[in-house]
Parts: sequence; structure tokens; C-alpha cells
Amino acid sequence: MLKIKNLHASINGKEILKGINLEIKPGEVHAIMGPNGSGKSTLSSVLAGRDVFEVTEGEVTFEGKDLLDLAPEDRAKEGLFLAFQYPIEIPGVSNINFLKTAINEKRAYHNQEQATAKEFLGMVKEKSALVELDAKLASRSVNEGFSGGEKKRNEIFQMAMLEPKLAILDETDSGLDIDALRIVANGVNLLKSPTNATVIITHYQRLLDYIVPDFVHVLHDGKIVKSGTKELALELEEKGYDWIKEELKV
Amino acid sequence: MITELSKKDLLLENLTHLDFSNEPDFSKQLRSNAKSNVQQLDLPTSKTEYWKYTRLGKITNKRFTTPTTPSTEKIDVSTFKIPNLDANIVVLENGFYRADLSQIETQEGFRVLSLREAILNNDGFIKDHLGGIAKAEKELFVALNTMNFTDGVYFDLDKKVVAKKPTHIINIITQDGIFTNTRVIVKAHDFSSVKIIESFVNIGGENSFTNNVSEFFLNPNSQIEYNKIQNKSKESYHISTEQAYQRANSNFTINTATFNGALVRNNLNIEVNASNCETNLNGLYLGRNNDHIDNHTVVDHMKSHCNSNEVYKGILDDNSTGVFNGKVFVRQDAQITNAFQQNNTILLSDNAVSNSKPELEIYADDVKCSHGSTTGQIDEEAIFYLQTRGISKKSAINLMVNAFAKDALAKITIEPLTEYINTKIEERFTK
Repeated sequence: MLKIKNLHASINGKEILKGINLEIKPGEVHAIMGPNGSGKSTLSSVLAGRDVFEVTEGEVTFEGKDLLDLAPEDRAKEGLFLAFQYPIEIPGVSNINFLKTAINEKRAYHNQEQATAKEFLGMVKEKSALVELDAKLASRSVNEGFSGGEKKRNEIFQMAMLEPKLAILDETDSGLDIDALRIVANGVNLLKSPTNATVIITHYQRLLDYIVPDFVHVLHDGKIVKSGTKELALELEEKGYDWIKEELKV
Repeated sequence: MITELSKKDLLLENLTHLDFSNEPDFSKQLRSNAKSNVQQLDLPTSKTEYWKYTRLGKITNKRFTTPTTPSTEKIDVSTFKIPNLDANIVVLENGFYRADLSQIETQEGFRVLSLREAILNNDGFIKDHLGGIAKAEKELFVALNTMNFTDGVYFDLDKKVVAKKPTHIINIITQDGIFTNTRVIVKAHDFSSVKIIESFVNIGGENSFTNNVSEFFLNPNSQIEYNKIQNKSKESYHISTEQAYQRANSNFTINTATFNGALVRNNLNIEVNASNCETNLNGLYLGRNNDHIDNHTVVDHMKSHCNSNEVYKGILDDNSTGVFNGKVFVRQDAQITNAFQQNNTILLSDNAVSNSKPELEIYADDVKCSHGSTTGQIDEEAIFYLQTRGISKKSAINLMVNAFAKDALAKITIEPLTEYINTKIEERFTK
């Protein structure tokens, strides 16, 4: 589904990603872990199409298409979704309104019929229940005045509405208490299917207790330095990232 | 000085062909007084504080002609009507009332008339009140209008009459290079209520200058909503003065939506000379190319227990300039006044300019007043966020602009008009 080959990216001339290789297949859950500054969020930003990052080398294909060649909105329409680490507040733009625009633009892109008001409202009701998001929040301005937990739940709600093929969750666990973490993880698990895939970017092993990954990758200094199964995450939690750094020196 | 005088003379040159000799004495007197005011008043320059950010060169360096008689040619104004709105229609073409193109449903106690007709009929109210609050002594453009207005619309509401339909004035220019002066006067008697839309539009009519003056007389417990749409598609100049006088328990709302204009200047002056009044002044202005859009407003609270709310929002692109100067006076007797004023501008290009000057002058001590001004750019992070949800950049900007503009349109109570303006915004930002 997603193939990343030797991806290099920099910001203001400073290289952050230094040759990432990763392949994700349908039905898989991948966790990308790593210390602060290792390039985790840069990777998700580059995949989503944030233009402050310059891709200097390498390629990314998504379902056979050159992902880097697509505008951010077209990546989304092709089925890529990024749950933001810090969801943006947009005063005056209602959640419902913008999701309706998003869904209809996506449908138009795929030559599908527009969602009827009834169909759309049915979706809102069903999907907001999935992440226990108050229906009132769904109709308020995007993230405006939401608590940290509500913002994260709103990200997963949007993901549920947009039904992406590949979802990248960028530190979705940061700032969540245990209950909110469980709700968010539960939402993600319910959305899992053999045809879609999930990438979880996180510092901590905690989230992986709830969303069990098939693969765990350790990112360090812009490269994936170690890959393994879910046991790798436990080992990291126990030994800390210094263990990887030590191992690399050897 | 000499050059300025000659510029003023050039502006006056063609107006001398206008013939008002058949009018009754009161209006001849009014015009002749205004004529001496015109002679005394100078054209404002950048040194005139009140005109500091608006140069009149675009107008004063041009030569205009003025039509002296109404046209009888058929014109199609249907494209200027507000979709889904059942309204009385009045057409003013090149300064003249076109009764043949107007459609007014008669209603007991509510009359929509040609101002010129009312003058010729020696209407009592017009005789006593025309020029009563829009003073020719102080403002050159009011004086020019008073001296030379060719026609306009007179709204006459009896006591307790609520106008059933809004009235839409289509103030249209169809000739190139003309200078026109039109006028609106509204008499809202006790407990009466009326909603008016005036759109300034054109078919052809490039390089024309419209100078209009409106006077709103609000008796106790009356309500007026005046919505002004400035949407000329060609290079055009517009100076507009709205003067309102509010008596007890009255409600005056003025909404201004400006979509275009090489030079637009709106002067709003609202005198609130009684208690328990509400005043709303809102504006939305979208500048592009070399547009220059200037909103100057004055609200004068003279008595206690009144509220005024003012929200002006500007979105400026290309090399356009926006000016906002809002002044609120709260006089010593105006205790328990709530006055709120706000101007927010988004600049879409590096070359767009916003000048904003919110002012409060408070002489009373028990009041709640605030004013604020912001100028910024559209939030790029928010645009990216929306894009990652599959919304194109243009739609994202459109969503953001609509959200930004919303407050400025909140006091329009004519639903189809709000929709019409939203569509215009959308057309602008999704092209």
C-alpha cells in the first residue's frame, strides 16, 4: 500500500530525514517509535504534504501512485489520513460543515454521488458514538475551545468519517488520560479492517497496549535503525532509547 | 489652492446644465444654500485629518459629464435582483427614478416615492426635513449632492405601519464617465418598521462617479434596516453619506457589503439623541486589484441606556487598500451606554494595505465600551489542516473567509440577502 524508499527531507537546509525505508501492507499496524528529534513528526508531515519540508531524495508510492507528486488534498482523497499531534483550532468553521465539504469533495474526486443530508447525519451520529464524542462538539467550530482529549477524539472522529486506507496517528496519545486513551484506541481498533492500515507514531509503549502493532520500528537521527515485532516496544520501554544508541555505536 | 479650486470647478462644470427651475421655492432655496456651501468648502486633501488615508485624485483628475434627463431605454435589471426575495423594486438609472422599471406593491400607510415627485408636490415632510440632518455646511460631497441631486427615493411610513416587503433600490449606472447625485430619505413614524436594500451596480458605465446621500429619521419605537451593496464590476468611484437621527426606543441597523470599487468612501453618521436605542453598523469589504475602500463611521450617544454594536471586516487582496475609521462619542448624559466596536482585516497579498483607526471618546462615567482592531493573514496552518482532510486549497480559503465574514453579516435579517452575499463571497474566492 505505502512504499517509502530512501526518503530524505530537510527544512531550511537542515536534513531531518536521512534515508527512510518502509513498506506497509493492507491490514497491518505499524508503530514508529523514537526519541525526541528523531524525525517522527517530520515523517508524518512529509507524507501528508506539508510544504515547509523539502524532499531532497527518495520516493514514496501510495497504491502505486507517486505520493509526493500529489497536493495534500489529493493525498487525502486517495485515502491518506493524518491525525495531528496538535489539532488546529479553526474559529467559525463548523466541524460538520467542513466534514461535509471534505466528504463531498472526496466523492466527487472518485466520481461518486454526493452524500445526502440524511446519509451524512446518520454517519455523524454513528461515528461520533464510536469515539464517545458529544454530538454537540461535532457541530461546534473545529476544535475551538475543545479540551486536549476532545481534540484527539475529534481527530479519530474525522478519521472515522473519512474512512481512509492509511491512517497516520501522530502522537495521538500525548496529553491523554487513561480513559481518553482507551476511548481513542478503541475507536482506532473498531476502524481496523483487512483493507486498511495504521501507522502509530509515539514516544511511549503505553498506547501499544491498546492498539497492538504488527511491526515496531525505531527511528533515530532520521533513519529506521531497528525493526521488530511488538516485543521490541516492550524492550524499549524497559531499557530506554539509550540502549539503541549504545547498540548503534558497536 | 488655485489648482484645487479649479479641480472643484471642473467637477461642477457639467452640473450647471441641470435644470431645477420647475421646483418649488423651498428646494430652490435648499439648493442655492448648498451652492454657497460648495463655494466655501475645499476639496479634502491628505492634510485633512478626516480624509487622511483617502486621496481623491482618482476622482478629481477625471472629467465627468452629467445626464440631464432620464433615459427611456429598456434595461434588464433582473440579474441584479436578489434570488428568492419578494421585494418592492425601485430602479434609479444614471441618477433618475425609472417608474417604468419599478414594481411597488401599494400598502396602506407605506409609500415609496420618487423624491423629485415629492418635491414637486410640495410634500410637507420633505419640505421640513430634506437636508435637515445631512448638513451641507460641513461636507463638500453632501453640499454637492444637495445642490445637484437629480432624484432619489422617499420612504414614507405612517404610525404603526410595518412594511410587508423589503424594498430593493437598484441604483444603476449605464453610461460611461458620468457623475450622478442621488438621495434617499426615510421617514419612519412612531412604531413603524422598514427594511431597505440599495445596490449600486452597473451595466457598462465605466469610470463613473456616484455621490449619494441618505437621511434616516427614526421616530420613537421605529425600526430601519438599511443594507447597502456596492458591487460595480467596472472601474468606478463612489462616495456615500448616510445620516441617521434616532429618537427614543428606536432601532437603526446599517449593513454595508462592498465587493468592488476603485474608490469607495462611506460616511456614516448616527446621532442617537434619546434613550433605549439600539444601533448596529456592520460592514464587509473585499478589495482586489487597486481598489480603495474607506469606511468612516461616527456614532454619537447623547442620552442614556443605549447600545451600539459595530463590526467591520475586510479581506484585501492584490494592491487594494482598506481604511476603517470608527468613532464613538459617549456624551456626559449618556450613562449606561454599551458601545462595542471592532475592525478585523485579513491581508491576502504582500501589497495590500489596511489602515484602521478605532476611536472612543467617553465623557460619561458609567458605561461599557470597547474597541479593537486586528490585521493579519489567513492562518496557513488551518488551511493545511483542512487540506489534509481532502479539501482543496480554494475551498479551504473559502471556508475560512466565510467564517471570518460571518459576524459582519449577522445583523442582516433578510435571509435571501445573506445567501446572496455568501454566494458573492464564494464566487470571489473559488474562482
